This record gives sequence, C-alpha cells and structure tokens, in this order.
Amino acid sequence: MIEVKDLQKSFGEAHILKGITTSFNKGKTNLIIGQSGSGKTVFLKCLLGLFNYEGGSISYDGKVFSQLSEDDKRNLRAEIGMVFQGSALFDSMTIAENVMFPLRMFTKQSKSEMLDRVDFVLNRVNLPDAHNKMPSEASGGMQKRVAIARAIVNNPKYLFCDEPNSGLDPKTAIVIDNLIQEITDEYQITTVINSHDMNSVMEIGEKIVFLKDGLKAWEGSNKTIFKTDNEVVTDFVYSSNLFKRVRKMYLEENE
Amino acid sequence: MTYLSNIGAYFLMIVEMFRKPTKWRVMRELIFKDIDDLIINSLGIVSFIAFFVGGVVTIQTALNIDSPLIPKSLVGFATRQSIILEFAPTFISIIMAGKVGSFITSSIGTMRVTEQIDALEVMGINSLNYLVFPKTIALLLYPFLISIAMFLGILGGMAACVYGGFSTLEDYIVGIQTDFTPFHVTYAFIKTFVFAFLLATIPSYHGYYMKGGALEVGKASTTSFVWTSVFIILLNYLLTQMLLS
Repeated sequence: MIEVKDLQKSFGEAHILKGITTSFNKGKTNLIIGQSGSGKTVFLKCLLGLFNYEGGSISYDGKVFSQLSEDDKRNLRAEIGMVFQGSALFDSMTIAENVMFPLRMFTKQSKSEMLDRVDFVLNRVNLPDAHNKMPSEASGGMQKRVAIARAIVNNPKYLFCDEPNSGLDPKTAIVIDNLIQEITDEYQITTVINSHDMNSVMEIGEKIVFLKDGLKAWEGSNKTIFKTDNEVVTDFVYSSNLFKRVRKMYLEENE
Repeated sequence: MTYLSNIGAYFLMIVEMFRKPTKWRVMRELIFKDIDDLIINSLGIVSFIAFFVGGVVTIQTALNIDSPLIPKSLVGFATRQSIILEFAPTFISIIMAGKVGSFITSSIGTMRVTEQIDALEVMGINSLNYLVFPKTIALLLYPFLISIAMFLGILGGMAACVYGGFSTLEDYIVGIQTDFTPFHVTYAFIKTFVFAFLLATIPSYHGYYMKGGALEVGKASTTSFVWTSVFIILLNYLLTQMLLS
C-alpha cells in the first residue's frame, strides 16, 4: 500500500501539487486521472522518487521514502516496476536483453535462470517469439508489452504506468489494460496508473483519484464515477458525447 | 551566472559518476562496448587524417626551405616535432570532439528524451555511473589512438617527402632522429590523458542534462563540440606553459 499525505511540489513560482492526500491499495489497479496540466505526471514522478517534494510524505508499506537511507531507497526502487509513456526500452538492446536488464542489475542469477525467467514473462505478456527483435522492430503495442514484461520481471511490489495506452489503437489499449489488471491481481502488486483514457477508467479503475489544478478533486472507483454529481469530474468524464450517452443509458438502467 | 552554475553542475556530475557503482560484470561489458564505439571505430578516420596531414606538413615544410644552407633533414625534424607536439594530441582531439563527442552527446541525449535515463533511475541505478563512467574508462585507451596517429603522421610525411621528391629517405630518417627529446612524447601523452577526460565528460554533461526533444539533441551535440574544443584549446595552452616552458 502506498500512502500520500499532503504532498506539495513547486517549480520556482509555479505551485504544481498543492497538498494531495490519498492512498493506493495493494492488489488493485489505482488510476490517477485528470486533464493535461493537472499535475498527474509530476505526482507520479514524486511517487517514483524522480522529483523531490517540498512538503508532505509518501510511504510504501509504512516506510516513509524521504526518511530512508540511500541504500534503503535503492532497495525500495528495486521493488518498483515502471512502464513509461514511450515505453523507454533501451534501444541498443534486444527485447530479451531489455527484459533481462533488471535481473542482471539486481540479482545473482545465472544466465540460464535469467533466460528462463525472461521466457516466462515474455510468454506472460503474449510475446513468446520476440526475444531477438530490437525495440525499433516492434510495434507500439509490442513495445508496451515488453515494457510491462521488464517492469514485472523482478517480481515488483509496486507497478507504475504512465499513460500506458497513449498512441495505441482502442483494441490494443484494451489488451494492455487487461494485461495490467491480470498481472496486478495475479501477483498482488500495488499498481498506480497515470491516465486520461476513459476506457481505462471504465475497464480497470478499481480506485480512481481525480486531480485538478494540483489538488485531489475527487476519489472513487469505476463503479461510482457514473453516479457522482461532482461537476469537475462530470465535466471531464462527459466531455465526450459517447460517454454522455453511456451515462444516460446507465442511469436509465438503474432507475 | 549560467556559466558558473554549469561548471558547478559539471563537477557535481563527475563526483556523482563515482558513486553507487554498477555491478562489475555489467560494467565490464559496458567498458568493452565503449572501447569499440569510441576507440576502435575511430581508428579509420584518425589513421586517414594522420597519414595525409603528416604528408601535408612535410610538403609545406619542404616548400618553405629555400636556402641551400638548411639541411634537407630539417623536413623530417619539423614533421616529427609538429606531429608529436601538436598535431597528434591536439588536432586529433579536436576531430574526436566532433566525432566521439557528438556521438556521446546524441546517444545520452536521446536516452534522456526517450526517458531511458528515467528508467535507469527508477530502477535505482546510478545513471551517471552506468553511462559516463565506462566512457571515461574506455577513453583511457585514447593515447593508443594518438600513438597510431603519431606513427602514421610521420609515415605519411615520409611518403610525401620521398615520393614527392623533396628529400631522400635517408635525410628524412636522419631528420626524425635529430635532437629527439623523449619528454616531448611524455608531454604529448599527458595532454592526451587530459583531453581524453574532457572528451568523455563534457559531451556526457551536455547529453545528460539536456532538456527538450529531438531538435535539442542536435543543438546539444553542437554545443558540446564547441565547449569540448574550447576546453581542449585552453588546457593545451595551460599544459604547454606548465610542462614545456
């Protein structure tokens, strides 16, 4: 479980995060949503320890990140898997080498053990024959799946995904969403996804934190987001006509 | 103020580069890869330039000797001195700032733009140690490249001298042996080690701390070439003043 208390972050005069308090549960897919510029990416980078923050605290299963020694921070990071928006695969390595990378860095496994594990996770993300391809030879969806494989290869306790569906067609996006949810359930990982894709919200938003102007504007789940009267949320969610119609149908069905 | 903050950040980067070392079995591979990328892949261009510039130095020296009182062996002597003292260590380093420097800046800069450096950091890897340290170690072999440049420069001078009919082979060989001071080679290698460090770290700094997208990667490569050249020239002057005068 990840707990965030009164998190504040500024860049010079610009106050980006203005005191966010929330928590992300183990074994759940937790979504951070909001419009562009709402502070989602900064929030995620603070959670990952890539940005220092001025106020508040973040704790991982009771361990307050800012109070950890450098060694403990490094150990904690080894328990984190991250799927970047652009996949961030190492373009000088093959797909198998990319997936093997965390194992080479953090374990003392033999090469055959590492290869077995790589085979296993590449099968898990439905890429059994992609070992020797270079990232540039893989499609966007494949790259995302490789990034997920790399993120889970070392059995992380926490999985972070920054807009995992950006640039993907709707069908592939659903495949990626489902894969993330299955992995979260299967390995009981605390998964935090940064997204503004409403399909993801509906499909896998077991917990949703809605950010606006650096503040938490709403918190709930994919089951409650249709029912909320919070204007800020409805403005965002129903900015698409499709979702307006979906909501209407949902409310009619439940009347 | 920006210059001062950049200089400060550069030195902090160097300190950080030695912290939290990467596993040796991974680092060893990175070092060999960088030796291949930075040294072995530069052999061709360095050899080509050294050979022909050596020839040009010889021809120009020979053409400027009009007086019959000056011995023909001076051509070999002047070529040797020019190549060992200045051409091989400094001129080749400026070329390497363009070739190797822009390669380092653009490869690290692209990693920054595509979040690969963030990926390393999230995993708890010291990205500076992972990316910059192996390049610095690989460039410790840079004097090997400069030795080849020295040899081929003098050889190119000999070919131009003999086949151009400027003096005989015997005169040229007498010339390159005349008043040989071993310390000049030491001085050249001291410079080479300093330049190697600059060649590894300044382009890395510009790549690592760049902001923006693909266009900025190109700009960072240009800036890194300019600053690496400036510092090579400046330190060349300072080291010459300290070691030779």
